[in-house]
Amino acid sequence: MAENAAESAASESGVSEADSEAGGGGAAADGAGDPGRRWHPIAAADDLVLRHVYHGKLLGRELAVWRADDGFVNVWENRCLHRGVRLSIGVNDGRELVCAYHGWRYANRTAGCTYIPAHPADAPARTICNRTFGAVERYGLIWSGEEPDGEVPEAPELTGDTLVLRSLPVNAGAELAIDWLAGYNPVSTALPGRRGEYATVQKYDDETVIVFFVQPVDSDRSVIRPVLAPAPPDAERIEVLRHHSAELEELRKALEEHAATLPPAEPMTPALEQVPVHLAEPPEPSARGRQARLRVQVARKWNTAADVAAFELESIAGQLPTFQPGAHIDVHLPGGLVRQYSLTNGPGQLDRYRIGVKLEPESRGGSEAMHHTVREGDVLAISEPRNNFPLRRNAERTILLAGGIGITPLLAMAQALRHSNLAFELHCFARSRDHLAFGETLERLGDSVTAHLGLSPADTAAAIARTLEGRSPSDRVYGCGPAPMLAAVRELAEAAGWPEETVHFEYFANPTEIDDSSSFEVSLARSALTLAVPAGRTVLEVLRDNGVDVASSCEQGACGTCSVGVIEGEPDHQDVYLNESEKQRGDRMMVCISRARGPRLILDL
Amino acid sequence: MVSVSGVCDDPVVRDQWHALVAVDEIGADVSTRLLGLPIGYGLGPDGSPRAWRADDGSLIPAKADYGYLWASIGDPPDEVFDVPETREPDRRILNTATLGLAVSAPRAVENFLDIAHFPYVHRGVLGNEPHTEVADYDVVDRDGEIWALGCRFHQPRAAAASTAEAEVEYQYRVPHPYCAMLYKSAPGHPGRLDAIGIFTHPLDDEHTRAHLFLCILDDENTDAAIRRFQQTILAQDMPILENQHPKRLPLDPRAETPVRCDKTAIAYRRWLSGLGVTYGVIPAGTG
Repeated sequence: MAENAAESAASESGVSEADSEAGGGGAAADGAGDPGRRWHPIAAADDLVLRHVYHGKLLGRELAVWRADDGFVNVWENRCLHRGVRLSIGVNDGRELVCAYHGWRYANRTAGCTYIPAHPADAPARTICNRTFGAVERYGLIWSGEEPDGEVPEAPELTGDTLVLRSLPVNAGAELAIDWLAGYNPVSTALPGRRGEYATVQKYDDETVIVFFVQPVDSDRSVIRPVLAPAPPDAERIEVLRHHSAELEELRKALEEHAATLPPAEPMTPALEQVPVHLAEPPEPSARGRQARLRVQVARKWNTAADVAAFELESIAGQLPTFQPGAHIDVHLPGGLVRQYSLTNGPGQLDRYRIGVKLEPESRGGSEAMHHTVREGDVLAISEPRNNFPLRRNAERTILLAGGIGITPLLAMAQALRHSNLAFELHCFARSRDHLAFGETLERLGDSVTAHLGLSPADTAAAIARTLEGRSPSDRVYGCGPAPMLAAVRELAEAAGWPEETVHFEYFANPTEIDDSSSFEVSLARSALTLAVPAGRTVLEVLRDNGVDVASSCEQGACGTCSVGVIEGEPDHQDVYLNESEKQRGDRMMVCISRARGPRLILDL
Repeated sequence: MVSVSGVCDDPVVRDQWHALVAVDEIGADVSTRLLGLPIGYGLGPDGSPRAWRADDGSLIPAKADYGYLWASIGDPPDEVFDVPETREPDRRILNTATLGLAVSAPRAVENFLDIAHFPYVHRGVLGNEPHTEVADYDVVDRDGEIWALGCRFHQPRAAAASTAEAEVEYQYRVPHPYCAMLYKSAPGHPGRLDAIGIFTHPLDDEHTRAHLFLCILDDENTDAAIRRFQQTILAQDMPILENQHPKRLPLDPRAETPVRCDKTAIAYRRWLSGLGVTYGVIPAGTG
């Protein structure tokens, strides 16, 4: 009766069936099939303790196994690509794994390097990515493999509640261990186990089944990972664990004694992958281009509104440079990205720069990196503040029109105006109160602030039109927000009789479709150089290639940093920085984006 | 593949002098290995240090220099590389630390040439976050040696004699495949540089005894205080070094990925390749 039960347990076992699929039990017992193409247990799920890095090994390859705070299990080659240091001695901070040697950070899920502290300005400008392996959690175990085919082996015996017994490392190869486990049944020798390809299944007694999964660590070493079903009642749990621990210890001794009599096996030597060619050499530093001379540390990061992260940046050496209201800084981000963010500081606040970053769903990486990669304590490379959106303080009334995250430069302006006792109105247009960033600063500005929440485009236009009523000659308007809103402000101001030079804009981005198909020459009056600008290249690129450096920031015609004087020729303006009359005057152009209408321009460079 | 247990057959490394022990620490005869070969060292009848093969007792080339017993299992040059600072009379010379490391000598030397790890491995002593940036510096070839010049780093406490945080200037020199020197601003001696060396005793290609040699300007601290400082530094490096995989230094450019601050290490690996070193390293193209 007992014997039949054991047989039926074995025949139901998918673990055993797997071996016949692989070409019969005999072949599997001889170690046929490529173990690199199978799933193997590498850890108990409980081994992946909160914020811990588990040091595993499979088929001779060391693994760093860690669970991120989002529950994702990472199985990586246990080796930092930089200098070969084991990642298992690094720090699992819940979202990234930090190498102990140089503080390089690798992201949860992708294993891509997000930060190299030795080069905060520009590294990692390249994609440095550790080798990752698949991970599956099943039967209370973590499974992985070199290049596993198919699924983790089915063990239909393990239904309902199961109990992972103590894992047992043994100095014996996996095949040998699986063989020996077939004989594990200290209760009844009449219940031989059934050997499968991956594991041995034991009908331990009438009630209980144990599946012994075996992890091949190296040619002469394995870990037995037994899972028992059904799980005993809590009161008996310790007793069951203790019982099997002791019995398996006996099996281990006998097994190791036997293994020691066998000829030693060659250790497995899994190949370490070469790094890609472009990572074999450090990148050349760019001598020209956007400079980031300042180093700041993220002293504070917090959510100031829905999808808006605020940052306070503290100098790590020396005083932060002066800024003016309306100024922005370039922030250099991992991956070589450079983004512009307006300072929101009030006058005299030079202990820290404060910026706000909206997470853009269509982010090209900038806002995403600021939200998800940059943390408190990080060092960032930034440019000095530049002000292409200056505040004139000779107006009797200043109207500040902020759309969404466009509040940032206007917040600096509002605080400066308040401090100087100058009359102003700050109108904040936002989807809801939760979308109003820097609420605590707005509160301090008191009655000068009006929030316009959840308005339709038509209602927004009506509200803007009301703010533009009753103009006196010295009044000024500053608008910052999404392009459609700024277009509305431009139109309504014109209709209300505001001269163009009294209405100022700052765009987040240039919404214009850029036409770079023209080719022309630029002559530099002061440098006595004539350069050809072919289609597809910008004036700025050609200048830099020829050793003429021009400051730039957004490089898309929105910020105004790369403005250059035009002495002769007609510019083909494609920016949103200059207003219509400035464009018509034709004496300045944004060389990052604008081109020539004719064959030649003479620039004041 | 060079066997861990085999005797070194790389002539470049065999023919070098290797620092076995600080001379003033030699007492009774000691059995050890040099480049996989069982040897012994001790004092001869005249009291001078010497070294011999363990198998037949025959003497191997040995000499005392800079306070160490140097030996070779090949045909070494007449002199150990020159350390001119040892001839300046106001300097103190001492062996501050000797530590066994389960790693190849070139991995230990490369770690000695590295600045970027200071804020992480020597936190609060040789570096501190957020001062993690490594400014650009120059690497040059001087008479066949590698020199790294103009390295600067912000250090909380650069030496036993330091009292405050400072921007410290470093120079590095690699005169020997398994030895390196560094020169750094001497606290209280503007314009002069302390000289610190890592001299190694390669037991085999994956095990090394590293000696930290000091030739410094410090009239204040006791030997014990200086030793404690240097031993702390070396002990902080030990768990990093022993967790590097592979233990031998890979010379293939595609084995590991460098960044700009690794210029000295890149030059060192190329230099070892150029010398034809095969022991303690994984030569390019064989990984």
